[in-house]
Amino acid sequence: MSTVEERVKKIVCEQLGVKESEVQNTSSFVEDLGADSLDTVELVMALEEEFETEIPDEEAEKLGTVQDAIDYIVAHT
Amino acid sequence: MSKRRVVITGMGMLSPVGNDVQSSWDAIKAGRSGIGMIDRFDASGYNTRIGGSVKDLDISQYLSTKDARKLDAFIHYGLIAAQQAVDDSGLEQYDALDRDRVGVAIGSGIGGLEFIEKSVIQMEKSGPRKVSPFFVPASVINMVSGNTAIRFGYRGPNISIVTACTTGTHNIGYAARTIAYGDADVMLAGGSEMATTRTGVAAFSAARALSTRNDDPEKASRPWDRDRDGFVLSDGSGVLVLEDLEHARNRGATIYGEVIGFGMSDDAFHITAPPESGEGAARSMQNAIRDAGLDPEAVDYINAHGTSTQVGDVAEVKAVRSVFGTHSEKLAMSSTKSMTGHLLGAAGAVEAIFSVLALREGILPPTINLDNPDEGCDLDLVPNECRKADLQVALSNSFGFGGTNGTLIFRRYED
Repeated sequence: MSTVEERVKKIVCEQLGVKESEVQNTSSFVEDLGADSLDTVELVMALEEEFETEIPDEEAEKLGTVQDAIDYIVAHT
Repeated sequence: MSKRRVVITGMGMLSPVGNDVQSSWDAIKAGRSGIGMIDRFDASGYNTRIGGSVKDLDISQYLSTKDARKLDAFIHYGLIAAQQAVDDSGLEQYDALDRDRVGVAIGSGIGGLEFIEKSVIQMEKSGPRKVSPFFVPASVINMVSGNTAIRFGYRGPNISIVTACTTGTHNIGYAARTIAYGDADVMLAGGSEMATTRTGVAAFSAARALSTRNDDPEKASRPWDRDRDGFVLSDGSGVLVLEDLEHARNRGATIYGEVIGFGMSDDAFHITAPPESGEGAARSMQNAIRDAGLDPEAVDYINAHGTSTQVGDVAEVKAVRSVFGTHSEKLAMSSTKSMTGHLLGAAGAVEAIFSVLALREGILPPTINLDNPDEGCDLDLVPNECRKADLQVALSNSFGFGGTNGTLIFRRYED
């Protein structure tokens, strides 16, 4: 079973079309990984699906980096 | 105001008979059908299980996975044909290109049907929060022109005319006028379609428009043949680079042909069927001939709308007879849809390309599967095999639901 971190990074790669080597825990979706506002909405939807959870919009807006997403998932699933 | 002359300097195409212009044209000259079993979805419960698909396409040559995921297939197809046309034209190697003077007019008859289907299903299953933020930009029709502009940085006029099966023809005609009128120096123009989806096939099938010759797909599209039983729904795209003649000369572009006439009309008759007389089609051809300032006798070849439907095929022959009189015995008319099937909004664009190549190479493309011409279908329909001919002027027809008609006229270009 993959860890939360691995699963989050895999989804980030798929959704944003970036290579695994480009994705660091500190990477910002927008500034480092080239996401625009629509990309981030879809990324959150993909995370919800993967982890069978619902991320409220006001929480989703705070997820700026890969680590933010990992922390949120770990705390809420 | 004198009109500027408009020439064709680049062409791109995806079709059921080839993934570029050259391979498609080679297939047309060889009389090869691109029709087969539909495999994009499980069509086993359908009355019609055949179609013309784009085959073995490597999208990653043209688009990143990330970009591809955000766009419906009809936009993929349009972008790929646009990329081929731009590459062919050499525009991007022209350092003095003024991108404010380059525009785009690429349309689609149906648009992002597959993306719409998936989104609706997703919403039904999981609720409104699961609808992709890319749903609208992935599926609305003008995004094919919008994405083309973004890809190349072409900041001139940008539009997508949507007129069912006349879409490709109307976009090319409009784009040519945009250049003739001085609003742009270069336009990418054409159409793109990917409507062989679950609902697309079901709907055209319900309208009794499609051939059900499932046991012999390559024989299914048979314009003017007495055993025709409807059209074959196909996918693909065609894009032409249209250019002001002086602009093309200044940069030393290869000139494939000239757009000399454009006409339009409507049947004002029925939502899907033409009148048996073909009078709307005739009016469209007359308008194009007038626009070109031609004698009708100058037309050597007609690339027909010719979809392989009962009423439409005969009506078009009647229209040609009424426009050309005795000259209709001398000109040749064929339907390349006998090989490609009907690409709906892309049909006029791929057929414009075939018309231009016919003039350039002096070859009449054939109408395949024309074994027994139906009563009233007694013109020279170039049955089954292509022929050499001295060709100067070609006319291309497209007719669509809503009774909308469009006609383009091309002339062979010689320096």
